[in-house]
Amino acid sequence: MWPAIKLSLELATVTTLLLLLLGVPLAWMLARCHGWWGETLAALVALPMVLPPTVIGFYMLILLGPHGPLGPLLARLGLHTLAFSFTGLVIGSVVYSLPFMVQPVRHAFRALGPGPWEAALTLRAGPLDAFWSVALPLAQGGILTGAIMCFAHTLGEFGVVLMLGGDIPGRTEVLSIVIFNAVDNLQWAEAGRLAAGMAGFSFLAVLAMFLVEKRVSRLRA
Amino acid sequence: MRGRLKNKIRYGAVLALAAALLPLAPACAASVSVAVAANFTAPARELAADFQHATGDTLQLSFGSSGQFAAQITQGAPFEVFLSADAARPEKLAKMGLGAPGSVFTYATGKLVLWSAVPGLVDDQGKVLRAGKFAHIAIANPQAAPYGAAAIETMRKLGVYAALAPKFVTGESINQTYQFVATGNAELGFVALSQVIKTHKGSAWRVPQSLYTPIAQDAVLLKPGENDPAARAFMAYLKSPAALAVIRAYGYATTH
Repeated sequence: MWPAIKLSLELATVTTLLLLLLGVPLAWMLARCHGWWGETLAALVALPMVLPPTVIGFYMLILLGPHGPLGPLLARLGLHTLAFSFTGLVIGSVVYSLPFMVQPVRHAFRALGPGPWEAALTLRAGPLDAFWSVALPLAQGGILTGAIMCFAHTLGEFGVVLMLGGDIPGRTEVLSIVIFNAVDNLQWAEAGRLAAGMAGFSFLAVLAMFLVEKRVSRLRA
Repeated sequence: MRGRLKNKIRYGAVLALAAALLPLAPACAASVSVAVAANFTAPARELAADFQHATGDTLQLSFGSSGQFAAQITQGAPFEVFLSADAARPEKLAKMGLGAPGSVFTYATGKLVLWSAVPGLVDDQGKVLRAGKFAHIAIANPQAAPYGAAAIETMRKLGVYAALAPKFVTGESINQTYQFVATGNAELGFVALSQVIKTHKGSAWRVPQSLYTPIAQDAVLLKPGENDPAARAFMAYLKSPAALAVIRAYGYATTH
């Protein structure tokens, strides 16, 4: 039970950090392009939100496997497949949780409007400086919301891991898989403990998100 | 003229829609819902077609892990017949009062096979296990699936368990285990003979029966099916010579 909790926390932390690095710049780009191709790209990024995890898991299994497009590269690195590995789960989770980071951050950037950005540029801030010292701090509510969502979403991830993980204790056996196996073996007590823990944590995550949103809207008013 | 053509098209569309929805309407013949252990997928499909042809009753097959089915049945899942991958779960369900007493019987005895999608990778003695020149070996979850437990038992008897344990990847059902090997993500794995007997791809070693406890797969008539003649007929059909021939053709042993 504890190795699975530790593993889920690690997976959620690594995924959230990677998504902060990837998702925030992507959200910034998407917030600033208004053409049809911008919306097309935004729709692609949001796709995992509505795609069944089995679809993502299936593509990942093929993509990360020895016969997939990454196969030759993996073979050169001395690896057989990225499935059944922590790295594989991180890749799957980043794709699966990408919209949960990008959506709120994109909305936060859009809500700023062009005003602060243009003011900063008028005051001779470089674009990078303006992004760091104006756009980012003003959008921190959205970024925090995105990070909480990603963390909670990845912590409870099931479908993608089920398709891709191979249930290896300490490496790919995450919390939700342990719950699934416990139910499989009619171990209601253990399933109940873990499920209650997940429900409690998820509630706290959603509550934290709402409190962040409330604070942001009060600051804006 | 034009109006009539339009009408024709409209009628055509209505008819097509009705035809598409027809299978959703309640059938006149009885329909039996059967929970089938994943390893028995292929023979169950064939048996269902034969049974339907012979009796006119249809079977609604659900495939999955025996463990999940047993858990769902304790929570009132409306299955009428349960074809488990083991003997323990049907017995337990019958004892809990969820199955008809005396209905439990062994419909098939499963055979374990070490299989790889790569030709020549598995030799006909299983020596590949000792050499251990692979990154992953797939097994079914040993707690939930008897084929997983049989795989563990085999490796223990061969004295390779400790060496291979770090290379295990575990499928939630024997079907997922097969899939891991078929996609090449795991180079080889222990699967059910029934899954590979009809394909001539790759390489396989039929594990000798002396290396693992026979996998008795039991069927049980569940409470919702107790008073359904069609469900009872299917239980009886499973013991018929025609059904036994199909079951044996998939590599299972039968006791009847």
